[in-house]
Amino acid sequence: MLFRYLFILLILLPLKAFALIEVDITRGNLNPLPVAVSPLSIDEKSKSNFKKILKKEDLGSEISAIVENNLRQSGLFNPLNKNAFLQKPDIANLKPRFEDWNLIKAQALITGKVTFVDEKLRVEFRLWDVLAGKEMMALAFTTVPSNWRRVGHIITDKVYERLTGENGYFDTRIIYVSEEGSKTNRIKKLAIMDQDGFNNKYLTLGNELVLTPRFSPTNQMVTYLSYFRNLPRVYLLDIETGMQEVVGDFPGMTFAPRFSPDGKKIIMSFAKDGNSDIYTMDLENRIVERITNHPSIDTSPSYSPNGKYITFNSDRSGYQQIYVMNSSGKNVKRISFGNGIYGTPVWSPRGDLIAFTKLHKGKFYIGVMRTDGTGERLLTENYYQEAPSWSPNGRVLIFYRETKTNSKGEGFSAKLWSIDLTGYNEKMVNTETDASDPSWSSLLTN
Amino acid sequence: MNLSKILKNGFLVIVASLVLTACATQKKIGQTQGDVYTGTDSVEYLASGVKDRVFFATNETVLTTASRETLRKQAAWLRKNSKITIVLEGHADERGTREYNLAIGERRANSAKDYLMTYGISSDRISVLSYGKERPVDSGSSPLAWSKNRRSVSVKAN
Repeated sequence: MLFRYLFILLILLPLKAFALIEVDITRGNLNPLPVAVSPLSIDEKSKSNFKKILKKEDLGSEISAIVENNLRQSGLFNPLNKNAFLQKPDIANLKPRFEDWNLIKAQALITGKVTFVDEKLRVEFRLWDVLAGKEMMALAFTTVPSNWRRVGHIITDKVYERLTGENGYFDTRIIYVSEEGSKTNRIKKLAIMDQDGFNNKYLTLGNELVLTPRFSPTNQMVTYLSYFRNLPRVYLLDIETGMQEVVGDFPGMTFAPRFSPDGKKIIMSFAKDGNSDIYTMDLENRIVERITNHPSIDTSPSYSPNGKYITFNSDRSGYQQIYVMNSSGKNVKRISFGNGIYGTPVWSPRGDLIAFTKLHKGKFYIGVMRTDGTGERLLTENYYQEAPSWSPNGRVLIFYRETKTNSKGEGFSAKLWSIDLTGYNEKMVNTETDASDPSWSSLLTN
Repeated sequence: MNLSKILKNGFLVIVASLVLTACATQKKIGQTQGDVYTGTDSVEYLASGVKDRVFFATNETVLTTASRETLRKQAAWLRKNSKITIVLEGHADERGTREYNLAIGERRANSAKDYLMTYGISSDRISVLSYGKERPVDSGSSPLAWSKNRRSVSVKAN
């Protein structure tokens, strides 16, 4: 695994509990925190070594650019223009002249240094509170040079955690379905990329239709639906080894898979004779358990993070609505009662909310509600959008959106979008091809 | 088979009769009746006079009168050609979530399968494959395009 090589070596200073700057994340942030991300300093020898290995002119600047982009994308921070910086990176990292940074209105400053040590990449960085004139955090770690982008993401996670008090979500990946070709004969492939769109890789060739990949919350396994040999079945894929296997031995279509929070079970729908019910399969002992038994369509199951409950989609009331039940299948309760129909419920990793897709009067919405169905909030409205997936800290949702075609059937596209839980900071996520069915990984480093 | 199956079938009969009553009052507008496609665009033939597909109303999996007529012709043709096996491919329009659409496609294909079975076609000769909304025949974003896409297509498997 990648993160085997990554060790946090030393924490130079304990976290200080009395920092003055703090980012308010309880509402949409209309005043993102001005932050200066100084390029990480790098000595000439390290520079030429990294240039040889990674073909990067100045690795220090490259890593700081990753941090800067992450912070900007979060919507909570406003990284300041580097041209305004007065202090050189190496000196700033030793002892910032706070007046200079104060002058350009920076409230937080990130400095650091990269060095080439024993064929490895060593990074140290510091977070400074400019107004208080104090160091807030200092960290150093060593990894293989090829992990350089992850270094930028890990720094962002640490800064984000220090300034917001919440876990980060930057050292993560997105698995999704890459789409190409005409709407009537789409070629679909599994693809994976870093959360910021880099390091895109295709995991299948497009020979068969693939849908709905979902990450395990505990490791780098993925479950998805494949039409291999025209038999739509749930598969398990190990991203590290490329090994794939069918989940269970069902005499019909299995679909809508997700992992249990401990990663030990797959929960999914199995369709037989026109009726879809929810089943689980234990990945260790292969025991299959039927969870729902109802003549309606029961699908899109998703566990609560403590594993005690399952939210799912059923049309037992006549139309698609969202339900919650015990993980045993007992005590089924409908929770969606608003106008319209509701689908794809996904339990937040924090446990307090369920994200969903809603169709009402010809429009599609992504929204959230409490787990008892109260407090419904619609975050975004469009012609077609669905399938929200939570960032591992429960702060951001990623989903996909399709465009309407014209009278000739032209103009179709499918793209990934992300939106903050508050409904602010809606952004398209760039992908090489059209894309759908995104699923966010857990943090790669823990 | 079991209680849920009996309930389901009972439910289908009730819904079917409701739909029939409703149909009587719905005007035929252009190529749709209610919002069920009645045109011939995209329709292919298994044999002379034997249409390969039936269409459904939005969110519905119940067969219309016209669909049942089509399926009776398919059943007659299958009885005459007893070596032929078929795949019933169930589809949905683009106006629904992917996973639910997979389920509704499966249910549509099974509505057709159940009907063929009541006309003497053995279940061994019929397999069911749902594509959900993955394989529309019409790429448009209009009610007419959607009505063509809500379908179950009988495809020769051998």
